[in-house]
Amino acid sequence: MNARHLAALLCALIAALGLAGCGGGETRVETGNREQVLHWGNGTEPQELDPHIVTGMPEHYILIALLEGLVLKDPATLEPIPGVAERWEMSADGLVYTFHLRADARWSNGDPVTASDFAWSWQRALTPSLGNSYAYMYFAIRNAEAFATGKLADFGQVGVEVLDERTLRVTLDHPTPYFLQLLDHYSMFPVHRPTLEQYGDPYQRGSTWTRAGHFVGNGPFALDQWELNKVVVVSKSPTYWDAARVKLNAIHYYPVENVSTEERMFRAGQLHITASIPPDKIAVYRKEAPQLLHVEPYLGNYFYRLNTQVPQLADPRVRRALAMSIDREQIVEHVTQGGQQPAYTFTPPDTLGYTAPPGFAYDPEGARQLLAEAGYPNGQGFPPTELLYNTSEGHRKLAVAIQQMWKRELNIEITLNNQDWKVYLDNVDNGHYQIARAGWIGDYVDPNSFLDMWVTDGGNNRTGWGDPRYDALVLQCAPAALEREARYRCFRDAEALLLEAMPVIPIFFSTRNYLRQPGVRGLPANLLGYPLFKQVYLQVGDVQSDD
Amino acid sequence: MLRFILHRLLQAIPVLLVVVTATFFLIRLAPGGPFSADKAVAPEVLHALEARYRLDQPLSAQYLSYLGDLLRGDFGPSFRYPGRSVDEMIFTGLPATAELGLYALLISLLLGTAAGVIAALRPNSAQDYVPMSAAMIGICLPSFLLGPLLILVFGIWLDWLPVSGWGNVPGDKLLPALTLAAGYTAYVARLSRGGMLEVLAQDYIRTARAKGLPEWLVVCKHGLRGGLIPVVAFAGPAFAGLLSGSFVVETIFQIPGLGRFYVQAAFNRDYTMIMGTTIFFAVLIVAFNLLADIAAVWLNPRLRQQYRKPAA
Repeated sequence: MNARHLAALLCALIAALGLAGCGGGETRVETGNREQVLHWGNGTEPQELDPHIVTGMPEHYILIALLEGLVLKDPATLEPIPGVAERWEMSADGLVYTFHLRADARWSNGDPVTASDFAWSWQRALTPSLGNSYAYMYFAIRNAEAFATGKLADFGQVGVEVLDERTLRVTLDHPTPYFLQLLDHYSMFPVHRPTLEQYGDPYQRGSTWTRAGHFVGNGPFALDQWELNKVVVVSKSPTYWDAARVKLNAIHYYPVENVSTEERMFRAGQLHITASIPPDKIAVYRKEAPQLLHVEPYLGNYFYRLNTQVPQLADPRVRRALAMSIDREQIVEHVTQGGQQPAYTFTPPDTLGYTAPPGFAYDPEGARQLLAEAGYPNGQGFPPTELLYNTSEGHRKLAVAIQQMWKRELNIEITLNNQDWKVYLDNVDNGHYQIARAGWIGDYVDPNSFLDMWVTDGGNNRTGWGDPRYDALVLQCAPAALEREARYRCFRDAEALLLEAMPVIPIFFSTRNYLRQPGVRGLPANLLGYPLFKQVYLQVGDVQSDD
Repeated sequence: MLRFILHRLLQAIPVLLVVVTATFFLIRLAPGGPFSADKAVAPEVLHALEARYRLDQPLSAQYLSYLGDLLRGDFGPSFRYPGRSVDEMIFTGLPATAELGLYALLISLLLGTAAGVIAALRPNSAQDYVPMSAAMIGICLPSFLLGPLLILVFGIWLDWLPVSGWGNVPGDKLLPALTLAAGYTAYVARLSRGGMLEVLAQDYIRTARAKGLPEWLVVCKHGLRGGLIPVVAFAGPAFAGLLSGSFVVETIFQIPGLGRFYVQAAFNRDYTMIMGTTIFFAVLIVAFNLLADIAAVWLNPRLRQQYRKPAA
């Protein structure tokens, strides 16, 4: 190789990398504002776009643009508003819902959306061979659980009835005040039967019906492009019944897993909105660009599970002592720093009008007393106990802080152990832990979403704790109550039992923290982080966000 | 030469079989499965999924049916991305990763060789210390630090280059290629400096100089050929390393490549994806090592002579 070859190669390389002609110009966000194209940071690559298979938030944000259920939610109040159903009636006993579908609801290929579409889609969603993790969202419907678990083979006995192509009647097993909310969850969205049948077995995974070019949906947007690990593009659907109100022309969803990369993309004008924000950047934005930072209450909590089968944690006094000696104000102010609320109950405040019973308070003196009563005065004789968390800087910081508080207030030794996510899940699921970090996000805004998980041997309980009185309150008292106040009384009594026994230590209620360009409008804050994309629009120019 | 290549190809078969077998059983020993999740999965859902992916069969039967599929070139469906096959995902991610790896390799060879040769011409002078110190920094600076630094300077402060993306706008390939190349450039510089120092001390170089050849011709024609042998031996495995090690750079720059699948698959216990990407990279590493050996034989007259004669 001589110098001439070397120079030629170097030139070719620079040209290939496209060094010429870069920098400056309009950013993607500025172009998007002009053209009403929203650039959305969407976390991870969607697993699938099949609403009856997926389980995550990135998929949720795409599916609510592509598909629409019977009912939508008002993003400001989270109250149900008409979707495919233009109106509905509920029987006096709260068991029978009759939905009247609008005449102009259309699939993106022009076919009408009918009651049979819903009945077939729901049957599919419940068919065991599909392996739908969210099948339980249907279990309020009569016999849905029996069908989903294979105990019932005839879908005709499930409480879903097509009265005519524009009328669907749903019969519930028990009154379920949050039933209308569930209809807006993607697991209850309809799918287009002819398309599914064209691209494989509709009752098995592995179909290609969700690819761009194949996908037929009924939402305000249609799927244009799905490039693996790069972008999902949806554009305004001309066949959508409310197309006149859809202001955005397209949404581009970017699967940006790394939060620092996402923040840099936001800063460089490549994203209108991020999925999250690196925790250490919150303080910086709060100081330098507060108009871009959004900190919104979120329907989730952060807590520690206690394995009640472990001898030293079997005594509720010890569990309460551990809970009472954590200074949560310090934690949210100095450790998490993301606007979280200290949690002294399990259910987040004002979950659709429900207020939890008074829980406990930060009381190190009382905690020491309880620990002494349990046989460990000044922590003496308390066996070394391990706190398990999945590997993450945030969980580690919190665990270290709490470890120190327990040492200081109770004089007990807690060791920390971090594990890879799947190993951690396996150990918690099998009860191979003593204290383990956990979080929960409600599927719907109702205390049931936070309290039914603690019934004896519930799949998400995993603490070994159970109390027949609690089970009766959650599984019998609440479902049988017709009045909201009576129902909430059952939940309050149940939660009081839970906090007395303390198989879990609530730490804080979550917030949703993210960055958003000021021109993005029509996205009011709500507990679920739920956007109604047909109301979203982009305003050009220097504006202050006010919603 | 053909003998040599055939011999090496036959050797590759047991190597790959060991890789397949060890990976298959090791990932199944790891705690947690592909379908374990934060929210409890109902037993009937789990049964349906295990039946779908043959996880309900004995491990030996799973292994044999996997080998059968493999012989047909079928890596199976991804567990994490149920609508896609592992084959499809590998071939979707490969172009970006290969392109990135190629640019990084070219950058590291060009800059590294130039720096190494310049340093070797005047050893133990400033001309040696400056490029070699830069190389040392290049080796020490991890890409998760260098990448964000380059982005901060060129992407955000100067606003010359895009902060992320691949093939969307002009110039977005430069920073990732430089980031990935940095460590390898430094290695190449050190290797070529060492190689050149050794060669430039040889008798035939003295002869060339004595003949009155200009110095650049001595270095470029006679010196480089021998001095670059260590670099050539390094380049093959380095390219395989660039392809399989691009995870960090792909994540920082949001590049839709293969490296992200490779690492995420392990976190997700996506058995088929782990197998597919591991086998794919194993084949690449074997192939590039072979290519490097062939190139070394071709560059080194003594080795060439050895393989010309059949072994007794």
